[in-house]
Amino acid sequence: MPTIIELPQVGESVTEGVIGKWLKKPGERVDKYEPLVEVMTDKVNMEVPSPLSGVLVRTLVEEGATVPMGAPICEMEVLSPAEAAPPDSHAPERSSDARPAVDKRARVGEFMESVRSVGPTGSGEGGQGLAGTDIPAKAVPPPESPLHPRAQHQQQARDAGLSPVVRRLVEQHGVDVSLVQGTGIGGRVTKDDVLAYVERRDKQGFIDSQAPGVESGAPPPRDQGMPLTPLRKTIADHMARSHREVPPAWTMVEVDVTGLVKARAAHKDVFEKARGLPLTYLAFAANAVAGALREYPRVNARWDGDRITIAGRVNLGIAAATDAGLIVPVIHDADRLSVAELAVRIHQLAEAARSGTIKLPDVQGGTLTLNNTGALGSVVSVPIVNHPQAAIVTTEAIVKRPVVVGDDAIAVRSMMNVCMSFDHRVLDGAEASAFLRSVKQRLEAITPSAGID
Amino acid sequence: MPLMTVIEAVRQAMLEEMRRDPRVFVLGEDVGKRGGVFLATQGFLDEFGEARVIDTPLAEASIAGIAMGAAMAGMRPIAEVQFADFIWPAMNQIVGEAARARYGTKSGVHVPMVVRSPYGGHVRGGPFHSQSVEAYFAHTPGLKVVVPSTPYDTKGLLKAAIRDEDPVIFLEHKRTYRSVRGEVPDEDYVIPIGLADVKREGRHATVITYGLTVHYALQAAETLAGEGAEIEVVDLRAVRPLDVETIVESVRKTSKALIVHEDNRTGGIGGEVSALIMEHAFADLDAPVMRCAGPDVPAMPFAPTLEAAFMPTVDKIADALRRLLAY
Repeated sequence: MPTIIELPQVGESVTEGVIGKWLKKPGERVDKYEPLVEVMTDKVNMEVPSPLSGVLVRTLVEEGATVPMGAPICEMEVLSPAEAAPPDSHAPERSSDARPAVDKRARVGEFMESVRSVGPTGSGEGGQGLAGTDIPAKAVPPPESPLHPRAQHQQQARDAGLSPVVRRLVEQHGVDVSLVQGTGIGGRVTKDDVLAYVERRDKQGFIDSQAPGVESGAPPPRDQGMPLTPLRKTIADHMARSHREVPPAWTMVEVDVTGLVKARAAHKDVFEKARGLPLTYLAFAANAVAGALREYPRVNARWDGDRITIAGRVNLGIAAATDAGLIVPVIHDADRLSVAELAVRIHQLAEAARSGTIKLPDVQGGTLTLNNTGALGSVVSVPIVNHPQAAIVTTEAIVKRPVVVGDDAIAVRSMMNVCMSFDHRVLDGAEASAFLRSVKQRLEAITPSAGID
Repeated sequence: MPLMTVIEAVRQAMLEEMRRDPRVFVLGEDVGKRGGVFLATQGFLDEFGEARVIDTPLAEASIAGIAMGAAMAGMRPIAEVQFADFIWPAMNQIVGEAARARYGTKSGVHVPMVVRSPYGGHVRGGPFHSQSVEAYFAHTPGLKVVVPSTPYDTKGLLKAAIRDEDPVIFLEHKRTYRSVRGEVPDEDYVIPIGLADVKREGRHATVITYGLTVHYALQAAETLAGEGAEIEVVDLRAVRPLDVETIVESVRKTSKALIVHEDNRTGGIGGEVSALIMEHAFADLDAPVMRCAGPDVPAMPFAPTLEAAFMPTVDKIADALRRLLAY
């Protein structure tokens, strides 16, 4: 019997993927761990290895279709019986339960949760208490059919989703259904929508084609729905979660980067010629932030609910804008890299993110996020903490400003603001400020004569 | 009006019928001296004697066969199968013989017997003391299959079953036995078999269910009421014959139906009820008929977490209702 192969869980917080290209054809022999299919998730594109050795019988999902993690994607005939263990079914998650009091009606009877029953087989008294056994499982949503992934499903509901009762009511009351605002799934027009519309229409006495404020004959411009991409959805969930859970505090320092500007100018041409990529201010900033994190490990931490975890490694996330949306590639062990190495790594990862070829490990495990909002022209920003990290740092635009220096003289200096939002559960202002001061000192200490390697 | 549990209502109904009609007798494993493993026949032996309260060997085929023979000879037997999980040896007597007797003899012979059996899970009964068996019998013409959920219904329906001229499978959910208490009139009353009962009225969606999950559905409806939805709960009370009229009337009103049962999803009562809704209320539907049922696994697991995963719990029913309401 063929074994059903499911789309594996490929990474934290990844819920669905788009089937890219099938790398094996039906009838073809596949070895265990051999790439089977390309899958694009909201974070990365990857090749899914075959979980067993066998022959691909048939694919269940077409290229381009969106499927949830755990959905069946193909059938394989297993060659070695030893490897043909049936796929696990998904265990339901538990959830806490607060049951309401029962509706007491004489004839319905009262359902007594606490009644102890019932012998070894649920019969006589003195058995095991039900209270201890009554552990509710969280409802398991029905699996999405792989052939009708969610997005398609919703689109279909919008296009064709007039239910029988809606069709009947629309006909009965002579309603132009396109004028009825749908409140069901995917904007579907429900029975209640039609009834409410009819009631309003009959009360107000206006006719469908002459909705108030709209000239007769010309349909009003309608709102347009934009389907959520997986990445958009992830960003939305992530930001909402951070906003919901994290009590943020914000602080900013002004950094005199005149020396940094000169240093970059000094190294830029040689570096670009040698490496074929630009030497950015961001590489210097990343170097300073990584060094400061090593100095102040309390900032290199995360909130874990019942405790704070200080990360052992300094893994710097760098926010990168792509056409699809925001992606945060992670530079692992950023504190061990020189400015030049950081420049190379940032370039590589940003390119990969933009071209959609970034690998999953390169977006995971970040311990602090650095966002170069200055590239967008911003001089101050209030970033949202990248949950569950403790803090996010932005480097703002470098601008020349008259600044009081030395012995009350005024000089034109290159100035840059560095902003930081942090999770006040993890850090207090003193620690955050000390860290930011360290970043500032490191940046201001840079001179043209300092090396970058 | 006295308050009773379901098991007390079972006992009360049998007691009254045995006092009323000398043809009524009980037989089954441990029903005599022990008074039944759930104490449904406690004290019966003393009051009615060994001729009317018969302890049998562990032989379900014999229990059903003896009951059938007695019924054909003019008696009114109440056969107890100690757990529905053990009813299979009696399948031939019930399905192969009793159900067909009237049809096969042009009403020359009929079988006025009741087979009572405790069924269902969420009692930590494990794989051999938790099964739901109603769908097997509901499939069989010639049988009536009653599944009460409340003490009031239990007394009225069991009396109707005992007085019925044909075989009735009477399935009592073990978890309701002592956990559901309600008012039960002292007087003699019967509830006709095949009439559903609207246990809660609402207008946004209908839950159609029976047995223990009636109570879970009522709790879910209460939860949903807090979210602004009015849920109607229809208690089928019998899964054969099904009360098409009550089902259809409710779904015509709400336009949305969720069928809940603890029995396995595939081939369960839900499929049949769903088909009836399509046949009679298609033009009133505002959403696909949905089911919240036990999964298609071979038996109820013993581990509490897995048992809870199997059961259509209040949470799962509420969740299914939310999806249905949002549709």
